[in-house]
Amino acid sequence: MDTKLTTKPAKEGVKTMNQPVAARQSVYRVNDLNLWYGDDHALKDVNLDIKQNEVTAIIGPSGCGKSTFIKTLNRMVELVPIVRTNGVIEYHGRNIFDKDYEVEELRTSVGMVFQQPNPFPKSIYDNIAYGPRVHGVKNKKILDEIVERSLRGAAIWDEVKDRLNENAYGLSGGQQQRLCIARCLAIEPDVILMDEPTSALDPISTLKVEELVQELKKDYSIIIVTHNMQQAARVSDKTAFFLNGEVVEFDQTDRIFSNPSDKRTEDYISGRFG
Amino acid sequence: MNSSSNKSVRELIQQNRQQKFSMKNVMERFMPIVLFLCAFVSVVTTIGIILTLVLETRHFFEVVSIKEFFGSTNWYPLNSQPEYGIWPLVVGTLEITVIAMLVAVPIGLTSAIYLSEYASERARRVLKPILEVLAGVPTIVFGFFALTFVTPLLVKLIPGLAIYNALSPGIVVGIMIIPMIASISEDAMSSVPKKIRDGALALGSTRLEVALKVVVPAALSGIIASIVLGMSRAIGETMIVTIAGGSNPTALVNPLEPVQTMTAYIVQVALGDAGFGTIEYYSIYAVGTLLFVFTLLMNLLANWITRRFREEY
Repeated sequence: MDTKLTTKPAKEGVKTMNQPVAARQSVYRVNDLNLWYGDDHALKDVNLDIKQNEVTAIIGPSGCGKSTFIKTLNRMVELVPIVRTNGVIEYHGRNIFDKDYEVEELRTSVGMVFQQPNPFPKSIYDNIAYGPRVHGVKNKKILDEIVERSLRGAAIWDEVKDRLNENAYGLSGGQQQRLCIARCLAIEPDVILMDEPTSALDPISTLKVEELVQELKKDYSIIIVTHNMQQAARVSDKTAFFLNGEVVEFDQTDRIFSNPSDKRTEDYISGRFG
Repeated sequence: MNSSSNKSVRELIQQNRQQKFSMKNVMERFMPIVLFLCAFVSVVTTIGIILTLVLETRHFFEVVSIKEFFGSTNWYPLNSQPEYGIWPLVVGTLEITVIAMLVAVPIGLTSAIYLSEYASERARRVLKPILEVLAGVPTIVFGFFALTFVTPLLVKLIPGLAIYNALSPGIVVGIMIIPMIASISEDAMSSVPKKIRDGALALGSTRLEVALKVVVPAALSGIIASIVLGMSRAIGETMIVTIAGGSNPTALVNPLEPVQTMTAYIVQVALGDAGFGTIEYYSIYAVGTLLFVFTLLMNLLANWITRRFREEY
């Protein structure tokens, strides 16, 4: 990414623990993650290794913990007051639950796109410029560049370039969602978490977002939660199947969908439940 | 199904429908009229007040020219040669209002931000009712609070402060308005959807950044409306300024000296022995009309702002 203004933290020196050295570097390494909402054991001994520049899909029936899991990766789950976690999530080799790991720092390099489009009630320009501004970018020229590049990156520039000063809530749902993706790109994250990003969108907007995901994986690692199995098959390199808070199977997407090794995975993807 | 009557529910409903003059039908017919009449009472009252104000004010302006009323800076209604320049009363009123807003806006808004963005559910449940109790304290109590507590305190801090002054009632009017600003602003901030806060948090914003850069702008229409309503309350406030502000109409702005507001003047004349039909008597209607116009404008402004700056989400 030659156009980047800031240099990302070096990703060298990530230790590979107990696992064979893979072709791609790990972004996240999740070890024995357990999570409770009060007494409700929502995630059970989750172990996953998420690689750089891949799209990892997380599928499973409602209530299986897939959204909880993705929200744990940027610690948004901690906004629920009764949450307790146990285990380790290493992000580039550093445990995100460490006391001295500032959650703002983590969320600056791990962007998130939500189920419902959630632009700020501000202009399109200010939506994109919000992140850079919060992190200290004040120069108007640089902000202009960031806004254009981010909107282009999210394939929405041509639709909004003439109305950057209009309120973002004047956009359609699909446009709002791509605006949220652009907002996320504006602070040049390293990972983008997408929590059912197309569940509130119509089929054409969904297609656009899926194409965008394919485009973005060149520069970003993407983790996408979806309840739509065709979507997982279309966009992802690897797929994790969650059931009742456990990872049943995690493998290459084509293997999961053609030759799953677990009976429950097969039942789910063939539509026998869920 | 009711087994004793041996009728199905459908039959029972049919049977009830055939009773044309049932209580239900009567209520359906007459309730809208009753409801309309009740709503009409307040409309009629408003019209009545406006008519009274306008008609009595006309008598005043038959004697005193509009030019004198708005042009002169002397308000000496009790002199042998009375002068009716409204500015001293307007200045007194605005002085109190400005002091009150300087107290109420910062404290009210920070309280609202705390309650909406930081307070735990339990803290909010305890604090908000307490705040609203403050709004229910009778203004006469606030008046004595100003005169017997705040003024002596201020005299210790500011030597030479007059016993009756604008500062003390101004501060106390501000305290009185805090709950109004805090409560309305808090409602506006709390109704900003959680998903918008989540979006800001997920970009690595701190809680303070979320509060100040996302929630406050999103709730701005409600916040401004609360401030304007607070101002209109301050302009119309009577008891506190009558008790603690003195009765010295002056066009000079000095919060350490006694003042007289429009409301306090009306009290002074109404309690005095101004006879019906005298020019003094009519003067309170003129002042009252101006006061009414002031607060009406503030309320219209608040309405306009709420519509104009409504953030869609």
